[in-house]
Amino acid sequence: MNWLIAILQTALFVALAPFLAGFMKFCKCRLQNRRAPSLLQPYRDLLKLTRKQPVISEDASWLFCTTPYIVFTAMVLAASVVPFIAVDLPTSAEADVIVLVGFFAFARFFLALAGLDIGTAFGGMGSSREMTISSLAEPAMLMAVFTLTMTASTTNLSGAIEHVLNEGVVLRPSFVFALFALMLVAVAETGRIPVDNPTTHLELTMIHEAMILEYSGRHLALIEWASQLKFMLYGVLISNIFFPWGIAESFGLSALGYGLLVIAGKLILLCVVLAIAETAVAKMRLFRVQEYLGFAYLLGLLGMLSHIILESTR
Amino acid sequence: MILFLAYSAVLLSFASGGVAIAHLFKPEVNKQLVFWLLGASGLTAILAGLGELIYPEIRLDTLSLGLPWIPWHVHFDSLSAFFFLIIGIAVFAVSFYAPHYTHHEQKNAENFAVLSLFTGLFIAGMMLVLLADDAFMFMIAWELMSVASYFLVAFQHENAANRRAAFLYLLMAEVGALLIILAFGVVASFADGFTFDALRASTISTTWMSIAFVLALMGFGMKAGLVPIHVWLPEAHPVAPSHISGLMSGVMLKVALYGLIRFCFDLLPEVHWQWGVVLLIVGTISALSGILYAMMQQNLKRLLAYSSVENIGIIVMVLGLSMIFLANDQQELAALGLLAALFHAFNHALFKNLLFLGAGMIHHQTHELNIDMLGGLIKRMPKTSVIFLIGCMSISSLPLFNGFVSEWLAFQTALQVDVLDNGVLRSLIPVSAAALALTAALAAACFVKVFGLIFLGVPRSRHAEKAKEIQDKGMHAAPAMLAGLCFFFGIFPSSILHLIDNVSKQLLGSTLPAKDVLSFISIAPVSPEQASYTAPLILIGAVCAAGISFWLLHRNSETTMRIAPTWDCGFGGLTHRMQYTSSAFTMPLRRIFATAFLIDEKVEKTMRENTKLNVADVRYTLHIQDHSWVRVYQPIERGVNVVAKQVGRIQTGNIRTYLGYSLATLILLLWVVSL
Repeated sequence: MNWLIAILQTALFVALAPFLAGFMKFCKCRLQNRRAPSLLQPYRDLLKLTRKQPVISEDASWLFCTTPYIVFTAMVLAASVVPFIAVDLPTSAEADVIVLVGFFAFARFFLALAGLDIGTAFGGMGSSREMTISSLAEPAMLMAVFTLTMTASTTNLSGAIEHVLNEGVVLRPSFVFALFALMLVAVAETGRIPVDNPTTHLELTMIHEAMILEYSGRHLALIEWASQLKFMLYGVLISNIFFPWGIAESFGLSALGYGLLVIAGKLILLCVVLAIAETAVAKMRLFRVQEYLGFAYLLGLLGMLSHIILESTR
Repeated sequence: MILFLAYSAVLLSFASGGVAIAHLFKPEVNKQLVFWLLGASGLTAILAGLGELIYPEIRLDTLSLGLPWIPWHVHFDSLSAFFFLIIGIAVFAVSFYAPHYTHHEQKNAENFAVLSLFTGLFIAGMMLVLLADDAFMFMIAWELMSVASYFLVAFQHENAANRRAAFLYLLMAEVGALLIILAFGVVASFADGFTFDALRASTISTTWMSIAFVLALMGFGMKAGLVPIHVWLPEAHPVAPSHISGLMSGVMLKVALYGLIRFCFDLLPEVHWQWGVVLLIVGTISALSGILYAMMQQNLKRLLAYSSVENIGIIVMVLGLSMIFLANDQQELAALGLLAALFHAFNHALFKNLLFLGAGMIHHQTHELNIDMLGGLIKRMPKTSVIFLIGCMSISSLPLFNGFVSEWLAFQTALQVDVLDNGVLRSLIPVSAAALALTAALAAACFVKVFGLIFLGVPRSRHAEKAKEIQDKGMHAAPAMLAGLCFFFGIFPSSILHLIDNVSKQLLGSTLPAKDVLSFISIAPVSPEQASYTAPLILIGAVCAAGISFWLLHRNSETTMRIAPTWDCGFGGLTHRMQYTSSAFTMPLRRIFATAFLIDEKVEKTMRENTKLNVADVRYTLHIQDHSWVRVYQPIERGVNVVAKQVGRIQTGNIRTYLGYSLATLILLLWVVSL
């Protein structure tokens, strides 16, 4: 029964990811005085792409065609690990937060290889930049996450969320630092402004888009869907770790329904905040990104130190 | 029985070298016997190691070899057995790989005899180090290992650069050995005798113990390749034949770690947390600088050598954690740290050997080790590329592969820091964990570069374009076996972790916190509530998710793929020179971590017809140097030269002066005798 709920939750997660991307676009459009496309537009795009015939370069190898499936699978696995509507599901015991970071690394590894597969300058440029940024973002993310896991003394996400729930509403300075660090990392890792611009195709600025430039048809659909999933994963991670209240602790129908409503509310709020931030700031130069991520790392470190100095029981 | 297997492993590898010599004098001796004996040696080593790990017991023996009054003391316990297993697997794999790889050398009987003799001696030396139970035998075996491997590094001595690398290696190996002898000597002077039992029972003060620790760390660290005493590694590994580099990097560095573990955790009567901090810091520095330098290399084998520095750094770092926990009376967490360190050593032996063998295959087919001259090999060498990809994924610590599990265990160890009382340690250890995270992420970037530039894209040279898949089965079988093991231990890590747990039981007297945490499918090092990792379920989930998405997208068969030329932005004429190169790929990281390197970057432009705008020709040179050469070695070199000059003054070249020296010495000695 629990397994069934876990699988259904994952399926729901995967199904809702394009919707969140559509909503994000909606918020940005409204903030910029533009008319927004329908909220269902991402679904239409994905459907359209799956029906189109993929065009593959003659220099592409088998790796190029398998990468979309690998990337998508890694993101689905990550979605199964993150507590979305309910905590304490059996899937979250499979893997902890370090494995979650590992899933992201897995997807990125193959995406970067696929960028190099065709042998064009764009692909290499995207791969090189993506690996650079992610190798700076990963320690910052782990630093923020370690603050949390040391407080809860578990790296299991479900366990950590339950710990925060049981503690009640306590203001922890370490959590504030970790929250900001994780938000900065999330912006960088999901390729949003100010680190990367998902709507650009200008060679000087693009990072993620440069890597996947050669993809088309169903391959592109899978990769787009995977990046929408990644966006939602970070959103759920931030909202459920730091503000877990409302998440279903039992598997009754009413508890699950309430949990779904609450997480929807949290994600909507997060999207609005992100949209405002994206509208307010400009994209930065590529070689400013290390300062940005260094700042995120510093925040994570401060969170860790304030946990050790201020909050530890010893 | 198990000790007998261990002896026969040593004897078989000696025999393998002997047969090579016999073949030189009597050509009718079958030279394939060399490899058969090597394989048998590997197999018996695996059996001996597994046997001891499954039925742990300290087995002792005395051999009446060596000096008449100092017999060789032999012991075989779980720690030795674990490293025996590592050697066994590597040697077994190499015995399949070598016959075809060395077929060029086999044409010349002398070359072949030299190569095989020293390979046999080298392997036997490593095994004897593990068997030694007294400092005397340990040092003899250690020297056998070092000197034999010197001849292997110097094997292709026609090239002056190779001779120089081999000399550097020999120099550092001997200085290292000297430091190890001093470390043993310090402890032995407080004990009666050189046997390990006597050393364990020594009553040594903390100061002298710390001195011995520092000497041992430097001695073993020189062999293992800790920064800043690592410089022989990137010089010596590229010049040895690939299967030898695999053995040196995958196995010999581990033997040095064995020495360090044996000396610190077993022979010294107690450990101090300050030593743990030293190991932690040295390990972190090695890991980070190792991977940063690896990233900047263009020569594949040099890159792999630097990556070994990184992995040894990670292992030493986790050993430091284990030592800190041990000194704070957290026996179980110390066992966890040791488990993580040993498992990473095991994994590194598997995938580094695999990658070196892969590098050998690439070199064998293309005669090229420069990454910037390769490319597109995934289509030309499909089997090799899959094997190499598995190695790259393991070393980048991606989930489902073995490298991830040991790194996960290392993180779990570091996160247990809350049990410590010392505030400095509590803030230092998480920072080192974050450095480990940075190292892992950089390693992934580095191996994306390696695989992407060698196997993907369009060939960058004629050699790469003309490359063909290797036809020999054995040359595929060896790395394929290692790749299979990488995957197997990534999915079922508990199968080996159970065995490694016996090592910590014997060495530290404690096992993992809870006995039932290592079930067959999942591992939970501290408790299932704290953290667990179930690789088989993840694999099943991955297969399901990939299968469903594949099936959904392939239901309508109308949308088959169309193959088309690569989009060239409408300009026409994409060439292989437009691809990203090694230095282009790593340029952002080079710029970000600029202080970590000594970068010499030059762009020379020649203008056409004295105008300022019309560029005729651009020349770009990039030279990246290791800090430790300039900061550590060159000052030492200069110092030695200055001292040598001063000492040289007494050599006047005048016979009367020398006679005077003789007279003075004679008088001095007479005076000493008369005392």
